Amino acid sequence: MSGLLVVWESRDVFLWGAANTLSLVLSCLLLSIPLGILSAIVLTEATAPLRRLLAEVVDLLRCVPFLLLAYVIYYGLPEIGLRLDPWWAGLVSLTVYTTAYLAEIFRAAFLAVARDNIEAAHAFGLSRLLLYRRIILPQVAIMAAPVIGNQVITTIRDSALLMIITVQELTFAANFVSANHFTPFAPFAAAISLYLLMSFAVEEGVRRMERIRTVRYG
Amino acid sequence: MTWPALRTILDGAVVTAALAAVSILLSLPLGLLLALLRWRRIPMVAGVLAAFVSVVRATPFVTLVLFVFFILPSAGLELEPVPAAILALTLNTAAFSSEIWRSALQTFPRDQLEAATAFGLSERATFTRIVFPQIWRANLGPLVSEVTILLKCTPAVAVIGVVEITRAAGRVGAETYEPLPPFLVATLIYTALIATLVRGQRVVERRIARRFGWVRP
Repeated sequence: MSGLLVVWESRDVFLWGAANTLSLVLSCLLLSIPLGILSAIVLTEATAPLRRLLAEVVDLLRCVPFLLLAYVIYYGLPEIGLRLDPWWAGLVSLTVYTTAYLAEIFRAAFLAVARDNIEAAHAFGLSRLLLYRRIILPQVAIMAAPVIGNQVITTIRDSALLMIITVQELTFAANFVSANHFTPFAPFAAAISLYLLMSFAVEEGVRRMERIRTVRYG
Repeated sequence: MTWPALRTILDGAVVTAALAAVSILLSLPLGLLLALLRWRRIPMVAGVLAAFVSVVRATPFVTLVLFVFFILPSAGLELEPVPAAILALTLNTAAFSSEIWRSALQTFPRDQLEAATAFGLSERATFTRIVFPQIWRANLGPLVSEVTILLKCTPAVAVIGVVEITRAAGRVGAETYEPLPPFLVATLIYTALIATLVRGQRVVERRIARRFGWVRP
């Protein structure tokens, strides 16, 4: 019981941690979804050298553990004269990493859009911008929703690693409270329930998209 | 970077490889067992396992590591950092790989199962002779992806004091006051390890294709 009391008394720490996790993940998504779409467009449309270069970069990023990328960015940016505080370094590494995965997801989703749709759009004389905005992206948003949802959950999980470069997010908060009050169980249980809550929210979003899909496409 | 520093990181690489190997050997069979248990739809058990999988799926791996390392002692199970790391890695990968095995079992063709029953094969023989040889081949790709994810999870066990690649690199960085070079070396080692695994997957896939002619997509 005392554990729960400790969690309640240090609720400020938990709220601050949860706010940091949420702000990191949301800013990361706001940046990496457009960047991922852009990279996927380059991966499908650009000329061979540029396309191959980007494909190599994406594959390389997908081989690197997130924590190592965070370390390299956290320690590497000062070397080129950019001193960022942990939160910003965390955001940069989270965004770079998530963009690589989203680029692959969007590329696969672009390929899955039926060819005849695109040919019809060309036949109607749609510009490339309109083609993506009106024909491809709406279908991709609905079709790729479950995979994107998975990636968002992975991003939430990855954000916890940023505690190691001293970002004060949710796991940092749990660790801090448990170390200061010698009650290991309750703080971590509280953090895990907050993470569960976030992933339920993502899954609910995916379910909404799926409902739209069944309404539209049966 | 000096030679001893490089040696420290390479020693860390051996630890990482050993951790990953042990956890793979434990977690893939455990995942299969979980999937088989869920496949049989035993009341209660199925619900508990489903809850376990969704909790592990939502919990960040570092949080899981800290949980295992700091909570289990209060339940009377004192673990050294290395066993705790193996336990956390195994729980995590077993949960994720059980989903791969489960979807493979669910989409397994019914007619083959019925044919096996018609031929009077026991449930065990059906599994070892008919189901398993096909599902591992068909799911090699997703399983290897899961293993690469496991390798990418291992840096997180540095927080409980296991000296693997990342922690070794951190030490070297702390001694030389130049953290960037050791971390770049560490990144290279991880990339090499993961690339080797993926290459290995391609080799096995080619062997399978040559021997069986066709892999169920």
